Amino acid sequence: MAITGGLEPQIGQALAAATAALAKASDADALRRIANEHSGKQSSLVAIKASLGAMTDVEARKVAGRAVNEALQALDTLVAGRLVELERAAAGQAAANEAMDLTEHLVRRSRGHAHIVTQAWERLEDVFVGMGFKVAEGPEVETDFNNFTALNMPPNHPARSNFDTLFVKFGVPGSTLLRTHTSPVQIRVMQEWDLPIYAVMPGRVFRRDTPDATHMPVFHQIEGLVVDKGITFAHLAGTIEAFTKAFFGSDFTSRLRPSYFPFTEPSAEFDVRSANGKWVELGGCGMVHPNVLQAGGIDPEVYTGFAFGFGIDRMAKERHEVADLRDMYANDLRFMRQF
Amino acid sequence: MRIVRSWLEEFADLRRFSDDDLAAAITSLGLSVEATEMVGTPVDGVVVARVLRTERHADAAKVHRVWVDAGDGVERHVWCGAFNMHAGDLVPLATLGTKMPDGRDILKRGILGIDSEGMLCSGAELGVASDASGILILPANAKLGRNVFEALGMQRDIVFDLDVTRNRPDGTGHLGVARDVAAHFGVKFAPPKGDGAKPGGARKVPVKIVDERACARFNVTVMSGIVVGDSPDYLARRIIAAGMRPINNVVDASNLVMLETNQPNHAYDATKVASGFRIRLAKAGERLVTLDGVDRALDTADLLICDGNDRAIGMAGVMGGQDTEISSASTEIALETAWFAPDGIRLTSQRLALRTEASARFERGVDPHGVAHSVARFAAILRESCPKLVVHAGASDPKTKYLPKPATISLRVAQVNRVLGTALNVRQVSALLTRIGFECAPKKIAVKKRLLVADGAGLSVKVPSWRPDCTDEIDLVEEVARHVGYDLLGKQVSQSTQPGGLSLLQQRRRALRDVVLSFGASEAMPNPFLAPGDHERAGVGVGGRVLTLENPLVAEESVLRHSLRPGMLRAVSFNVAHRAAHILLFELGHVYPARDGVDTNAPRDLPDEHEQLCIMMVGADAATAINWWSEITAVFGVGAQVDQARVPAGYHATRSATLARGKQVVGYVGELDRLVLAAHGIEDRVACLEVNASVLLGETPKVPVAKPVSRFPSSDFDLAFAAPTRVTAGALQRALRQAIGALGEEVSLFDVFRKATGDDSRSLAFAVRLRASDRTLTETEVASTRAACIAAGVKLGCTLRS
Repeated sequence: MAITGGLEPQIGQALAAATAALAKASDADALRRIANEHSGKQSSLVAIKASLGAMTDVEARKVAGRAVNEALQALDTLVAGRLVELERAAAGQAAANEAMDLTEHLVRRSRGHAHIVTQAWERLEDVFVGMGFKVAEGPEVETDFNNFTALNMPPNHPARSNFDTLFVKFGVPGSTLLRTHTSPVQIRVMQEWDLPIYAVMPGRVFRRDTPDATHMPVFHQIEGLVVDKGITFAHLAGTIEAFTKAFFGSDFTSRLRPSYFPFTEPSAEFDVRSANGKWVELGGCGMVHPNVLQAGGIDPEVYTGFAFGFGIDRMAKERHEVADLRDMYANDLRFMRQF
Repeated sequence: MRIVRSWLEEFADLRRFSDDDLAAAITSLGLSVEATEMVGTPVDGVVVARVLRTERHADAAKVHRVWVDAGDGVERHVWCGAFNMHAGDLVPLATLGTKMPDGRDILKRGILGIDSEGMLCSGAELGVASDASGILILPANAKLGRNVFEALGMQRDIVFDLDVTRNRPDGTGHLGVARDVAAHFGVKFAPPKGDGAKPGGARKVPVKIVDERACARFNVTVMSGIVVGDSPDYLARRIIAAGMRPINNVVDASNLVMLETNQPNHAYDATKVASGFRIRLAKAGERLVTLDGVDRALDTADLLICDGNDRAIGMAGVMGGQDTEISSASTEIALETAWFAPDGIRLTSQRLALRTEASARFERGVDPHGVAHSVARFAAILRESCPKLVVHAGASDPKTKYLPKPATISLRVAQVNRVLGTALNVRQVSALLTRIGFECAPKKIAVKKRLLVADGAGLSVKVPSWRPDCTDEIDLVEEVARHVGYDLLGKQVSQSTQPGGLSLLQQRRRALRDVVLSFGASEAMPNPFLAPGDHERAGVGVGGRVLTLENPLVAEESVLRHSLRPGMLRAVSFNVAHRAAHILLFELGHVYPARDGVDTNAPRDLPDEHEQLCIMMVGADAATAINWWSEITAVFGVGAQVDQARVPAGYHATRSATLARGKQVVGYVGELDRLVLAAHGIEDRVACLEVNASVLLGETPKVPVAKPVSRFPSSDFDLAFAAPTRVTAGALQRALRQAIGALGEEVSLFDVFRKATGDDSRSLAFAVRLRASDRTLTETEVASTRAACIAAGVKLGCTLRS
């Protein structure tokens, strides 16, 4: 003790005084001012440090020097720590002063709602695009030729009466109509696109039907067409199966059963069902009739193809459990905002 | 078509197959089984009753009062909603306490304070027939008070209800279905034999086919020794199960033959048609009272059956007339079995909206060579109730050159395999077809080189006369596929050799819808059919031409839209009426404008159909609408001149603009005209944007080329001008841009300030940012640019605000 020349109590006192003063600082500025008073040029600790040079006892000077430095360092640490505390407190206070009730500012208006038919339409397109199909389109006002004659239904063909056709007053009477199915796009694609063809054709179609819970005069279909060398009935069944799993889920399966359409032969209806479910009829399909390939400018002796089609509205109706198709077309925002 | 299981079993041994197996097999053959019904399950408490009298009640329009006698000496009163019974008819009475097959309990229930002591039943209600339109009339020999099911001798049976497609005439007869099913299961098919009895002496009724195309065969066979009465019970049951009504043994035999062979026929009282038959088209103005009692006006395309004196006695193939019906006293009949052209029958039946069991079959095409068999079957069936039946020889049977001949088709086995993906050989294909009546003979067929499979094996296939639908090679391929079984043809995923994807236009359409959805707009799909005047009410195309429908369902939906605006206004108006909040809707759909200068002789010509986008928001002003457009142009990289001088029809006179590119109109933007809105019951403002989406989506945007970003600092200043109202902000902004030239990085309007309404000027404040790519701009450069800006503003008539 004697070696330090009695400076120890002085250093201790200075440190204690500084500590006490710092604790009283109420903000960062005050803290810095107080810190300067106790560790700056005018401070007692620095004065002690300056007085050390006069000490003759080398060992004692060393010890005293270390003690002063330690005190100054302790003071720095204390200041830094206290500074963080004060800044936090200040920020906390600032935050408290500008409190917001976020529920007060919650705006309920958001993005609009796409029509559920559009949603189904795009989901279907996406599945087929993933299977390597392109998407084709055609006009809704069509020629009688593309809608019927080219599809193996020449004038007076009995199957024409299956379609309750709406005719448009345009050109030669009976020559222009609202397409009754998306199949005329097949003819356009065959005539205009390069082979091979892997295409789906979604679109709006029209029938002279009184609206009820399951029928609308204006509705939507999607149709697929594949024309390539070596396409067989097995490819049709395989493609329907792949689509069924991709769209409905891997536990779904499909089956084809014979049916009749003038534009395909052999023709089939296709049904789907879930693992434990019942068969549900989905749409029609078949191998493209040689007459239709010919109407599309394709040699049926070289190429074969298949086509399939089904309703889009029903997909939306069943997905969302809509009881009445007319609800989907009432344009009632209370209905639309659910989806 | 109702197919009765026990009836099928008469022709094919199907005993070991369950009902479900049979239904599945029939469906897998293309004769879709829509329902499987169990018939003939007795219902306790339903007894035979005689109708004593009926009476209308003044206050009950839809029901009448019926008094019945159920054989127990008690007169019962019931209310009944069907009117097809007459005094003396025998009907099924569900007595009080009966539990009906559908679960209903028959309780004492009153109408107008008068109790009903039971219920009269239709065939459908009892599950014995499909007819639900009237009360089931029971055979006259049924014993009063007996359970109806016992009285009918009903036995449990299964009925398959088939949805038969147009290409399967054989599917509308039990024989055809049995043949197909027997082939499917590989069991023996045994068609029934006709009447083997020796015919009586020759009796000829003269027949003259006048229209040889519409009627190509008309057989009239005379039969005598007939006693009109009831059919044997088992035959009556069959008729009921098949969905028809037993009448008497002659009419029943006629129906049974049709339900079995698919060949309709008609039995006339021979004494009433002794003058013979003439088959001709109707004359203009001619009329006929058909069996259903309806007096029908005929068309010159309708085929008639007339007597020898040219008096119409029936609509060929559709429905007979009243006068020549057999009566209970008839002892001789003339049986007509004919072949009529399917198209003619179809058109007549469509025109009269009269689809009968006969017309449905003639439309599909009956067997032109099945007449003899059909006549023989009629005799065999009738003989069961008329043992003294005589079939007279010398039947008239004229045929014309238009009677179809069975086709013979060359079938390449390679073609079968190419379409079906099978590896069948000639023998297998031949076996599959032979089982269903196609006669196959081996034939080498020269294979065209371009055909992918180079095997000459083939068959010469004679199509059976009952399958007139088979005319081409591909029809035979389908027959092979059906009998191999679609399930066994395999499933193989075709590998597209191309990348799938949406076209650029389709991608842009999705992006456009996405942007509009992000505005908060929801997608409407209004009816594209409008009423006359809807366009005008919406302020579009006043006085212009529109496309209309030839055959609209209703006049209110007879006009094709050439603008989305009328439909959208209706949708908006609907939501306004329902007091919806935030009404913000859009539609992206096709419009069909009429076109001037159309060459009406070009059959392939079509209207200028294109896509439009229409957005409407209630309670928003023109600023909202122009911001939609601004956002769309930013996303799509396409623009148009916002021309406020051209006020679009139906828009607000001072808050709207035409979006134009030179002469081409791309769309309209702004607020809708108050009067247009008022006409739709909308009081609030409506912001509206209409764009020709085909133009917007059809453009291919340029791919931006990267420019290096300047490393030098920008120089910024703001300028506020007092601008007179006549100077648009757009014009001032363009002038500033021009004055700044190449150094300008951004000139943007950031504040608009009006002192007061009615003031002729407002303050427009612009922020200007200058930057050079190669240097820091000097103060002098900035100052001179600023001065140029001010000068440009002043030149337009604006003054700089300090």
